[in-house]
Amino acid sequence: MKAKIHVTLKNGVLDPQGKAVQSALAALGFDGVDGVRQGKYIEIDLAGSDPAAAKIQVDEMCKKLLANTVIENYSVEIE
Amino acid sequence: MKSAVIVFPGSNCDRDAQTALRDVTGGDVIMHWHQDAQLPPVDLIVVPGGFSYGDYLRCGAMAAHSAAMREVARRAEAGVPVIGICNGFQILTEVGLLPGVLMRNANLKFVCRDVYLSVETTSTPFTRGYEQGQVVRFPVAHHDGNYFADDETLKRLADEDRVAFRYVNADGSRGGSANPNGSADDIAGVINEKRNVLGMMPHPERLVDLAQGGDDGRALIQGALAAVA
Repeated sequence: MKAKIHVTLKNGVLDPQGKAVQSALAALGFDGVDGVRQGKYIEIDLAGSDPAAAKIQVDEMCKKLLANTVIENYSVEIE
Repeated sequence: MKSAVIVFPGSNCDRDAQTALRDVTGGDVIMHWHQDAQLPPVDLIVVPGGFSYGDYLRCGAMAAHSAAMREVARRAEAGVPVIGICNGFQILTEVGLLPGVLMRNANLKFVCRDVYLSVETTSTPFTRGYEQGQVVRFPVAHHDGNYFADDETLKRLADEDRVAFRYVNADGSRGGSANPNGSADDIAGVINEKRNVLGMMPHPERLVDLAQGGDDGRALIQGALAAVA
């Protein structure tokens, strides 16, 4: 199984890198970019075969290490 | 007085911290490897600056889960004074010993220069040797020093007198270019509820001897020393 995890900044948390990317896109002539938020994508290969158990385990991984829940949200997909 | 400096792969201010501690305290300074959970009894612990684990994932995130830091958290709970400097501050927030998080500098640039700080409280072991509102000059050198916490946390820090240092101009005023990284409320350093854990982005260990161009950092270590004497 594979866990696909997106870690994103919470609303209201400033994202200077996203802002810089937005400025760069504008400088390249891409119009109509209203906002850019930058995050992380993490893939984890899992040995087990029970998606429900995997979801619980990966959730724990996110809380303990992969995301800092002070500033970040995360979402998990198990495939 | 015996102190310990925690050393991670990628620490680079560990020897500066050791030299400063040895010079100011006159006591033994143990260099304690991050994988070693057996930390001998010490009176003061410094989590030094650098790029622990190459800043992988988030600054301080990997170091926070090391065997040594689990023990540091236990000692902090027991009341041992702990100072986290720069990357050490980031690590202490990731461990959960201090609130908030250090984000990428607002201007996205690595900043390396001297800054002025106002001593915002003297009721901590680390700042008792300064005057309330005293302006001191410490160096900063970081890419991720932009202190962030939600409004509720910022209010609690202010209400509980837990902001140790704020970035100011040389005359003690706030604003202008005083804040080098965009930190909320110009916060440069905070302490925990029990007032025995200090985290700060500027480097007191780099200014403890006049040969380094100033010794404003000396009183900080002396304060911690007096607290355990």
